[in-house]
Amino acid sequence: MSENAVIKLSHLEKSFGENEVLKDINLEVSKGEVISVIGSSGSGKSTMLRCINLLEIPSGGEILYEGKNIQDKSVKLTEYRAKVAMVFQQFNLFNNMTALDNCVKPQMIVLKRTKEEATKIALEFIEKVGMSAYVNAKPSQLSGGQKQRIAIARALSMNPEVILFDEPTSALDPEMVGEVLEVMQDLARSGYTMIVVTHEMGFAREVSSRVIFMDGGYIVEEGTPEEIFKNTKQERTKQFLSKVL
Amino acid sequence: MNFFNNISNILDKYTGLLLKGLGYTMLIALVGTVIGLIIGLCTGIIRTIPTSKNKAVSIIQRCVNALISVYVEVFRGTPMMVQAMVIYWGFAFANGGNTLPLIPAGIFIVSINTGAYMTEIVRGGIISIDKGQFEAAYSCGMNHFQVMLYVIIPQVMKNILPSVSNEFVINIKDTSVLNVIGVMELFYQATKIQTMTYQIFETYLVVCVIYFIMTFSITRLLRLVEKKLSGSNSYTICGSQSDPNAEIRVKEGQ
Repeated sequence: MSENAVIKLSHLEKSFGENEVLKDINLEVSKGEVISVIGSSGSGKSTMLRCINLLEIPSGGEILYEGKNIQDKSVKLTEYRAKVAMVFQQFNLFNNMTALDNCVKPQMIVLKRTKEEATKIALEFIEKVGMSAYVNAKPSQLSGGQKQRIAIARALSMNPEVILFDEPTSALDPEMVGEVLEVMQDLARSGYTMIVVTHEMGFAREVSSRVIFMDGGYIVEEGTPEEIFKNTKQERTKQFLSKVL
Repeated sequence: MNFFNNISNILDKYTGLLLKGLGYTMLIALVGTVIGLIIGLCTGIIRTIPTSKNKAVSIIQRCVNALISVYVEVFRGTPMMVQAMVIYWGFAFANGGNTLPLIPAGIFIVSINTGAYMTEIVRGGIISIDKGQFEAAYSCGMNHFQVMLYVIIPQVMKNILPSVSNEFVINIKDTSVLNVIGVMELFYQATKIQTMTYQIFETYLVVCVIYFIMTFSITRLLRLVEKKLSGSNSYTICGSQSDPNAEIRVKEGQ
């Protein structure tokens, strides 16, 4: 498994001043895996995800992408980020662009695709997330669920190797959670490599190939959904699950 | 009545001078504001560059940022009239008595003075943009300049437009201080007309009204532009949402 790890975290640490958020994180992600990261707020889930994209600079340890340390000088940060797309809790669509341009412009700017090519790719993914009717709408004209679906289409348009989801449904009202989860389930089935920080236990249980439970800056337990949800080993995990399930 | 006769006499006889002054005032204010805005945007982009991990580069960054701060403080902390004298005569002093041509000198002075204010306006504009916009752009793989150029600055421009138009209006009025170095703007023409007519009140009243008409109409015009830029909040979807092959457009409402 170690050879085909797309992303490997080894002894990853991150502290904000005195506050140690990540203490010793070791994780390997293979191609095609769908990993759900669960845990209570403040356990370091989002920070770990943000470290993978280097939105937060780790305080210690290494992040390897296809065997290369991404903090190495030889790795171009922008090229790496283009391969590791991110979907945010707050959607973060570019407010100055239409839904379509949100998916087209990054391709043109970063991947130097032509407008025609980029538009074709973008429309394909926008259709995949069921948002074709809204290509010309501005983000301010879309609902939360619609924004998140466009954000997913934007991530997909970059043809990334890995997609990171940072609590993609936490800012949505309950009715809209479904539409976004559906899209994500679809992606998981089509073989995308995904790391999903989520509070949606249903998603973690049914869709993911591996579940990770984090607490206090450590990975406390990891395993298949079956192992985590049915044959829970750690006391802390049991405690957490008993509250959320 | 004598008063009205005097006014119409001034308008009649000195139309040329007044128009010329008006033209220069507008030229200097407009070009100065635009260049000032460009200065502000550049400093804004430079100041927000993330600190480099490379020691040498980060020292250069800190020096540049310090220089920008000095520039802002000095030009905001001294009157433009004094700046005009210091720059104009300072140039002459350094070049053995050769002075700068007047109009370019005026534009230069207004530009760097406005640039100092714009630097702060743009900084405020950038701070007001949600951090998520930066993060999303970085996470797509854009570098700092692409992030600023394609995502942040377009949004900043929309947000700071009221402040920028305010600067423009202030500049229309403040070009009057350039008369101290002899730039032939509107106020300078008024001093000239006044020495020829000896009608001080009437002359300055005319000039006063001209200034007001200019600033007022510009303010209204820019308000319209702002409205246009902020766009409409309602929209209609034309076409079918259930039939993917139907042509679908989003039409903006009012």
